[in-house]
Amino acid sequence: MNYELVIGLETHVELSTESKIFCSCGGHSAANEPNDCVCPACSGMPGMLPVMNKKVVELAVTAGLMLNCEISRYTTFDKKNYYYPDLPCAYQITQLNHPICTNGTVHLKTSKGERDVRIKQIHMEEDAGKLVHSGNFSYVDFNRTSVPLIEIVTQPDFRSAEEVVTYLSKLKSMFRSGGISECEEGAMRCDVNISVRPEGSEEFGVRTEIKNMSSFEAIEKAINYEAQRHIDALEYETEELVQETRRFDDASGKTFAMRNKETEADYRYFPDANLMPIIIDDEWLEEIKKNKPVAIDDKADKYREEGISEKEIDMILQSQKIGTLLDETIALGCNPKDTAAWILTDCAGILRKDGKTMEDLSVTPEKLSSIIKMVESGSINRNAGKKILIAVVESNVDPVEYCKAQGLDKKVDTAAIGAVLDSVLAANEQAVADYKGGKVKAFQALFGACMRELKGAGDPQMIKEALEEKLK
Amino acid sequence: MKYYMEEINKNGNIAVDDTILVKGAVSAAGSYMLDGFKPLFSAEAVTRLEEKGYSVKGKTHVGEFGLDLVGEFSYYAEKTEKLYGAAAEAVKDGDVVAALGVDVNGTTRRAAALSGVDFLKPTYGTVSRYGIISTAASGEQLGVYAKDADKIKEIAEIISGHDEKDGTSLPEKTYAYSINESISGKRVCVIKELIDKCDEGVKANTKAYIEKLKALGAQVEEISSDLFKTANTAWQILMSAETCNNVSRYDGVKYGHRSETYKNIDELYVNSRSEGFNFLTKAVILYGSDVLSKNRYNDCYDKSLRVRRVVYDEFKKLMEKYDCVLTPVLSKAEYEAYDIYEAFGKVFEESEFTSIANLIGVPALISDGVQFIGNHFGESTLLSIAHSVEKEGK
Ligand SMILES: [Zn+2]
Repeated sequence: MNYELVIGLETHVELSTESKIFCSCGGHSAANEPNDCVCPACSGMPGMLPVMNKKVVELAVTAGLMLNCEISRYTTFDKKNYYYPDLPCAYQITQLNHPICTNGTVHLKTSKGERDVRIKQIHMEEDAGKLVHSGNFSYVDFNRTSVPLIEIVTQPDFRSAEEVVTYLSKLKSMFRSGGISECEEGAMRCDVNISVRPEGSEEFGVRTEIKNMSSFEAIEKAINYEAQRHIDALEYETEELVQETRRFDDASGKTFAMRNKETEADYRYFPDANLMPIIIDDEWLEEIKKNKPVAIDDKADKYREEGISEKEIDMILQSQKIGTLLDETIALGCNPKDTAAWILTDCAGILRKDGKTMEDLSVTPEKLSSIIKMVESGSINRNAGKKILIAVVESNVDPVEYCKAQGLDKKVDTAAIGAVLDSVLAANEQAVADYKGGKVKAFQALFGACMRELKGAGDPQMIKEALEEKLK
Repeated sequence: MKYYMEEINKNGNIAVDDTILVKGAVSAAGSYMLDGFKPLFSAEAVTRLEEKGYSVKGKTHVGEFGLDLVGEFSYYAEKTEKLYGAAAEAVKDGDVVAALGVDVNGTTRRAAALSGVDFLKPTYGTVSRYGIISTAASGEQLGVYAKDADKIKEIAEIISGHDEKDGTSLPEKTYAYSINESISGKRVCVIKELIDKCDEGVKANTKAYIEKLKALGAQVEEISSDLFKTANTAWQILMSAETCNNVSRYDGVKYGHRSETYKNIDELYVNSRSEGFNFLTKAVILYGSDVLSKNRYNDCYDKSLRVRRVVYDEFKKLMEKYDCVLTPVLSKAEYEAYDIYEAFGKVFEESEFTSIANLIGVPALISDGVQFIGNHFGESTLLSIAHSVEKEGK
């Protein structure tokens, strides 16, 4: 018999805010030592009250808009009760009854075709801390407590591991380009709900949940393993399937049942009286919409139309920084395709040489556009432009002044170049003779001498041709 | 010294209940569970008073987490001393000019009435809750003990007004209250069902007070209403649930008491909390945990939230006809010591006089052993009435 896979996802994404969700501590990425980013509020001391970080609401709404969700105009927080030493208040502040976003969709393209996956809801919540075990002791690190998360819950609409990974990659690109999350290692965590049914059946099979995975590779492996386990159970009666929570073991590539106690817990959810309901009025929503980045699909299409390659589009959508630099430079009147090459090839090359990454790039759209325009207008050649770019990237010089100071902007007419070439040939009689005598290598020496004399001005190809002409 | 956990400044002129944080001073809410806890910050109300030149003399004893009848069950109070109302007594005896307390279930109001001093539980949201050792966030309020309505007014104005550190704090920057010399024509109602609960002594005191009001030109009417009883049931459910949740952070892991006998994390929790909390707190935790459980949530917690809405609407209607309600605050004129095992039921029963103010956030003022409950932001009315009677008595 053929079986169909039915998968739903719960994805936790850590938001890129400067401070935690209910206090002014910096996010845990700023921490060097355990408990660096901790205050009386996020470590659960008495008397301290949570105060809502507005930015978290705005990022959650932006994520909802990107996923075509309805935005709740009235949203509230609830407390989820459980004891664990990494949870300082013994409750987590989350959203149960009035989540911030509901009813969205994401369009997926895979090798098997296209599908719309429905988003059930997005809610805001706080992260827990972390335990460090050493010998007979366990230590608590609260750096991560109250770091803001959104949880994106889908309907059971995925039919393959490939669709799941496509969806997650898409979320990652969207959230990076939208400044919602850096989506670094571990900042995106998934719970996968999975069941299997005979093809054509409308009923759902027995569902298991695989908890807390962050690498796409592990998620794919886990889904494939678990699907096969379900199919084997149905087809060959290898075991009886039960609804349960499982964890994926990377080393063995298998899933294992977790203690049942955890699935049966009564979390005694109830409204948090310390946080007033949040009202999102028209004015606020419009403001968030105005600042919302273009939807990732529209954005990719726009770049494609501008002639930017798929590989480059991928790189652009992975980083909000590159995207912003590109868009703003284009907005200043530069050619999109050229601008993409300047950023993704030239800037990236310079940084790589210095042992840096694109995240270290500090060139402004204004400076970049001024270089590109000098090249596009023909007032300097591309080589000179690249020299200026190196100086801008490494020392943040002013491109126009640097160009003048280095004499890169000399308008060199053909006659002037001819005169320079003549003087070089006159000064290198031996090399000229060698070349004419058949030593091809001598040409390079003469060409080099000409370029030095011209100080990078003029188009190298044109100079080369002129030189060849003179040496005939 | 008998009033205080420890004396902070012998020249200080205000007292602060142990349920309120004072920077650097042990703040344990009368509980062994928080033994030795020293906060890094003072409550906003304390800071505002200090900015106006007041200074804290000491932290006054409270019953554990301020949940008992009149403050008798502190882990720290000397058992040989008089057992209740430390802050109210400190004000009565003139040791301080005013004191701060947290009203979550009427305890501070009852203590003030027994000691014969004034206490104001202000409108919810007008005074910052930052720095309260919180139990029931949706109805607890920081209030003021003083000898008369004029001093109450002065202190309440200093501590009220918006605080960005408290998400439930209302936006108004300041509140100004006015005391009118005349209360002629004020309409006061008395609830028959509440009077009926009281012993002869209380009935006589209330009657005598009503006569004074009438003499000053106020109109007093008796009405029949079960609003207070309904409000009490709802508040006991909400208060217990919220308290159960808020004290769950006291788990022996981070600060306060940790049991010496445990082999794993579950034992650390169970043993620390079993040793740290008194019987009344445990009863509140159990009751609160029960009303929040899956099977009971809809019929208990959720229903109480809906009752809160109904009580709010009904009280607003009442306030269209009257300026305030006059009630006793304890059913017995003389305090009788009782056992902590009876505390939960006793507090539940007596809170019928007080719960409505916590449930819907209206102000309540104790003066001369009686209680006035007014409309939201109706502090001026309550203070004017209390002032007029107090002035006559001087
Ligand atoms: Zn913090």
